[in-house]
Amino acid sequence: MANTTHADHAHDHHDHKPHGLKRWLFATNHKDIGTMYLVFACLMFFLGGSMALVIRAELFQPGLQFVDPQFFNSMTTVHALLMLFGAVMPAWTGLANWMIPLQIGAPDMALPRLNNFSFWILPFAFMLLLLSFFVPGGGPASGWTMYPPLVLQMGDGFPLMIFAVHLMGASSILGAINVIVTVMNMRAPGMGLLNMPLFCWTWLITAYLLIAVMPVLAGAVTMLLTDHFFGTSFFNAAGGGDPVMFQHIFWFFGHPEVYILILPAFGIVSEIIPTFARKPLFGYETMVYASASIAFLSFIVWAHHMFTVGMPLAGQLFFMLSTMLIAVPTGVKVFNWCATMWKGSLTFETPMLFSIAFLFLFTIGGFSGLMLAIVPADFQYHDTYFVVAHFHYVLVPGAVFAIMAGVYYWLPKWTGHMYDEKLGKLHFWLSIIGVNLLFFPQHFLGLAGMPRRIPDYATQFADWNMVSSIGAFIFGFSQLLFVAVVWKAVRGGVTAPQRPWEGAHGLEWELPTPVPYHSWDQPPPPSVIAQGVTH
Amino acid sequence: MATMTAHAHDGTPQTTGGKYYVPHDSPWPVYGSATLFVLMIGLCGWLNDWYGPWLFALGLAMLFGLFAGWFGVVISEHQKGMYDLQVDKSFRMGMMWFIFSEVMFFAAFFGALFYARQLSVPWLGGDGVRIFNKLLLWQGFENTWPTNGPAKLSPRDDGSFETIPAFGLPAINTAILLLSGVTVTIAHHALREGKRKILNIFLAATFLLGFLFVALQIEEYHHAYTELGLKLSTGIYGSTFFMLTGFHGFHVTVGAIMLLVIWLRTMSGHFTPQRHFAFEAVAWYWHFVDVVWLGLFVFVYWV
Repeated sequence: MANTTHADHAHDHHDHKPHGLKRWLFATNHKDIGTMYLVFACLMFFLGGSMALVIRAELFQPGLQFVDPQFFNSMTTVHALLMLFGAVMPAWTGLANWMIPLQIGAPDMALPRLNNFSFWILPFAFMLLLLSFFVPGGGPASGWTMYPPLVLQMGDGFPLMIFAVHLMGASSILGAINVIVTVMNMRAPGMGLLNMPLFCWTWLITAYLLIAVMPVLAGAVTMLLTDHFFGTSFFNAAGGGDPVMFQHIFWFFGHPEVYILILPAFGIVSEIIPTFARKPLFGYETMVYASASIAFLSFIVWAHHMFTVGMPLAGQLFFMLSTMLIAVPTGVKVFNWCATMWKGSLTFETPMLFSIAFLFLFTIGGFSGLMLAIVPADFQYHDTYFVVAHFHYVLVPGAVFAIMAGVYYWLPKWTGHMYDEKLGKLHFWLSIIGVNLLFFPQHFLGLAGMPRRIPDYATQFADWNMVSSIGAFIFGFSQLLFVAVVWKAVRGGVTAPQRPWEGAHGLEWELPTPVPYHSWDQPPPPSVIAQGVTH
Repeated sequence: MATMTAHAHDGTPQTTGGKYYVPHDSPWPVYGSATLFVLMIGLCGWLNDWYGPWLFALGLAMLFGLFAGWFGVVISEHQKGMYDLQVDKSFRMGMMWFIFSEVMFFAAFFGALFYARQLSVPWLGGDGVRIFNKLLLWQGFENTWPTNGPAKLSPRDDGSFETIPAFGLPAINTAILLLSGVTVTIAHHALREGKRKILNIFLAATFLLGFLFVALQIEEYHHAYTELGLKLSTGIYGSTFFMLTGFHGFHVTVGAIMLLVIWLRTMSGHFTPQRHFAFEAVAWYWHFVDVVWLGLFVFVYWV
């Protein structure tokens, strides 16, 4: 069996695993590290979610109810940082850790110790960030975009926030290097690049984006740090710099960042929809090329986040048109998913429900993005709740739903138990009702002129804010069900067969259920790979 | 596809995916994360007048332990021959993409430099439709480079400052770095041909040139701070000048230390003509700091 060599013995048996705390602290196993990433993401999701509930509680009715405006601003800022860098990105890395080696027939990630390093940086980074709440001046309250000069007015928490961002970036870069090296160097023989499941493909592209833009964010926040403490003038007009320069550098990172958050979702949905439609994915190669095109375009659209800040007309035109161009590859994807379902033998288990919800609701978020891309219209929408509605549609029923779909989809494989389908469906229906109540009215609020990031508002916005807050609490509390379902499946339940979904293809389903602690320590033979090819 | 499967039956290590080295559990990653945390808290404390310097010093000590410990393990595993060619390739790809991320880090600061020179300074000087900047906001500010901005931020009372001419010390430093690029290549060829003596001499020359570069850079900074009125706080010119050259100088220092470590390893007989990933990784890194310097020389000092 094991050809895999280990530091202290040449052969390792399948279920030999370290025990106790050491197993997690000193981990090198991709499944353990993936689990840690997912658990960490879940914790951050609930912490960031409770901050969102503070925001929605305050906005339930006009006037100041619970928190003072400074703390309210901290809530919006840290909610965003936690959700992006603490919940969604680590959840993707966790899924990558679990699934990429299984899907390409590799024994582990290419650089296992580096893998554990990238994970363990995260808890420390978020400790730094959260510590800023307890120092004079309080937590970051500038919005997650950290625009100067506002952000430079922070108290003692300022360097804590900056260094937290540095550490999050370092973690992402190391994780991305690991994914690229794993996919490029660890594929089983016979597993060509265009045989890989789309999740591996979209993650590979995501990893390139991460390596290209996280260092730019590190540079941007470093400039903030030196402007604050060492008298540099990057963002100070008196010294020849420009606060708008920060926005350009930040969004050069920031726009690819939003695709970092969504591309792996495309990959997951592209695996789940064919499984439950019992048809191969329509247009596999166009999916790959569309993902790559989206990634390329993400580098040349950044200034659409800052149309109102003032830029030459040629710049506005260029960024408007390049942004609209993204609709083409995204449209290819949406049509491919629809075509995959066309005349399929559809069944609607929980992963499929979340994926279909993704398809519809992400598309709504995409359309509102197109509206925002139009310069003259954006002058009206900019910094209103319409923007909040837009990016929450792509991130919550987009990225987060896809993460949940992925967890439901692979949970039987990981744990060896089927999850509780009834509870799963209940979780889905509560989530989808909650999420639409929560975010759809925010479109109306934004179009009517309600600005984002304010703790109080004019009374004409009261009704829809109340609806939105009710939706928020329904959505937030129904996520506890998700934890319950996962916990139940981890603890026990109906034994899952090797291929719990009859339509599922991919190398991970060729392994026993639950997946042994060490898998593919011998590369799968060509016949198995041929069976596993998804298209 | 057919060719790849055929490879599998050859049993070549690059393509089989078997016999892959999966390391056992290791304390270094989590220790490393704690190290970073102590360093960062130390820096925050320093900036905020808490007990920073002490914490930072502790973090630095932990960092040395980290490098000694983690790299020590990797070196000894390598010496025991645990890494096959597939692992070697993983390391190579990892190093390449790490260097790419470093390139992007410098790109942010080059971006700031170009933005200031092409956009923000001309706009402050009333370029195009922004004529009122010049008429009302910053009266009489002219679009020139180098500049310390309309407020003339400078340690001197008259708000003036001088810059370092490209064809003085910076040109000598360019020659030094380019020469060190040649010596490291000679050392590499010597390593591949098994000429250990030439290897040792030229590798030593490389890191000595590296440290010489850093020494001259320190001299240049001293000159700028004490005589030219050019400091980090001297407007946008001082900001871009010191941040770009400073981060570069830091990378040269790290690179030279890495070369020194590699030299100590060649002196104790490590590396074979076929297998010497660490040497190559450091050489790549060295070429990377070299290339960044060329960019600095042209865009910061010269044009």
